[in-house]
Amino acid sequence: MEYHLETPVEEGVLRRLRVGDLVFLSGTIVTARDEAHRKALEIHERGGRLPLDLRGGGVYHCGPVMRRVGGEWRVVAAGPTTSARMEIFEDRFIEAFRPAMIIGKGGMGERTTRACERFGCVYGYLTGGAAVLAADGIRRVRAVYWLEELGMPECLWVFEVEDFGPMLITIDSHGDNLTEEVRKRVMEKKERILKALR
Amino acid sequence: MEQIVEDTAVELLRISATELPGDVLEGLRRARERTEGVLGRSQLENILRNVEIAGERSLPMCQDTGVISFFVRLGDGFPIRSRLREILVRATRRATEEVPLRPNAVDLFEGNTGDNVGRNGYVPHLYIDLVEGDKLELIAMPKGGGSSNVAALGMLKPGVGLRGVKAFVIEAVASAGSLGCPPYLVGVGVGGGEDICMYLAKRALLRPVGERNPDPRVAALEEELLEKVNELGIGVMGLGEGPTAYDLHIEVAARHPASLPVGVVISCWALRHAEAVISKDGEVTIRRVL
Repeated sequence: MEYHLETPVEEGVLRRLRVGDLVFLSGTIVTARDEAHRKALEIHERGGRLPLDLRGGGVYHCGPVMRRVGGEWRVVAAGPTTSARMEIFEDRFIEAFRPAMIIGKGGMGERTTRACERFGCVYGYLTGGAAVLAADGIRRVRAVYWLEELGMPECLWVFEVEDFGPMLITIDSHGDNLTEEVRKRVMEKKERILKALR
Repeated sequence: MEQIVEDTAVELLRISATELPGDVLEGLRRARERTEGVLGRSQLENILRNVEIAGERSLPMCQDTGVISFFVRLGDGFPIRSRLREILVRATRRATEEVPLRPNAVDLFEGNTGDNVGRNGYVPHLYIDLVEGDKLELIAMPKGGGSSNVAALGMLKPGVGLRGVKAFVIEAVASAGSLGCPPYLVGVGVGGGEDICMYLAKRALLRPVGERNPDPRVAALEEELLEKVNELGIGVMGLGEGPTAYDLHIEVAARHPASLPVGVVISCWALRHAEAVISKDGEVTIRRVL
């Protein structure tokens, strides 16, 4: 199935999505990588507030190439980064900030899958490295936070997006995880190949 | 002459970020033809369309414009020698602004340097080969972090033999899984030492796609391992469909009797590099494969 969704995405809509579905998202997405996840969780654990509300929005694992033209930031290239690095944070991040979609590439693990099931979130897989395609769905830069402290790839870029995608749902809110299933099959296959190796 | 070398290096960095070498593009097209599953095929279509648009608009095809290396073959009669490093550093700074490239050089203490140049002259990295003649041959190679993170070094016990080498390579690709943006080009270096095998593995990525090692025994090993890593079934983007690797290259060096070093350096689908030759009179030829 193909879905065109708008942020904030309601949980009822989100729960309809299944592994293998395609999603195009319009509204607001925010980039966050390793450093931004760490910082956001530290702020949350101290009882502080983030500079913006992530509820129902998209969190994008992306360190874009940006360029300042006049007084305005423009996106040059903005494809997904490897999500697996954020696996150590993502379940707590989803619980704390309740985004509707985690967007990245490479897939994520069991902890994220459980958090998606429990709190109503999905993982949208963008084609890795396809930075120009991804940037095409970004209409403008709404804001940027923590640029000075974390630098261009790691800070929070707030993008206004229109039909951003296609994103393949590889983790849904029902406990299914496509890339994890493939990974398990690969490991079994590897054992068989190694056993037969001469 | 310094200006010519600098301008050429900037141009190579621009080409390598925004266009794929013809042999790599052809390898990806062939991968698309032999991918039956709709998930894998649509990912390859996204990749190829992305490359096409990036070329048309002269934009980096991937936001991870990598850590930059230059492979240099410096002829005896070429007028620039020790100044080359400084010239290539200048070119890197300029390309970061002009292409633009993402600043990817992070200092251990100071954070992102902002210009892709790091302390002590290590980044951008230069591999220099001194050769006969009076030309300068220059290859720019940016390499992204995702696929660099899944590289592997094995200091195997010589007793495990060739079978142990094969097993190590298969293990390395299996562990890489979806993390380094497959389909991959897998570079393997066997022998030398812990540093040499990694260098050979990286260097192996520069050999044209589809070209085999001239030693038929190594070539046979390449064929066998390419088949085996594809049997793993990681597939395009780790979705279980289509090829895991579109080629695998092996380079071999002699080893210490007590060591069997194996290096595996993996490139994401976006195997980016660009090459130019500059004559002693400053005539520049940009080499494009196909």
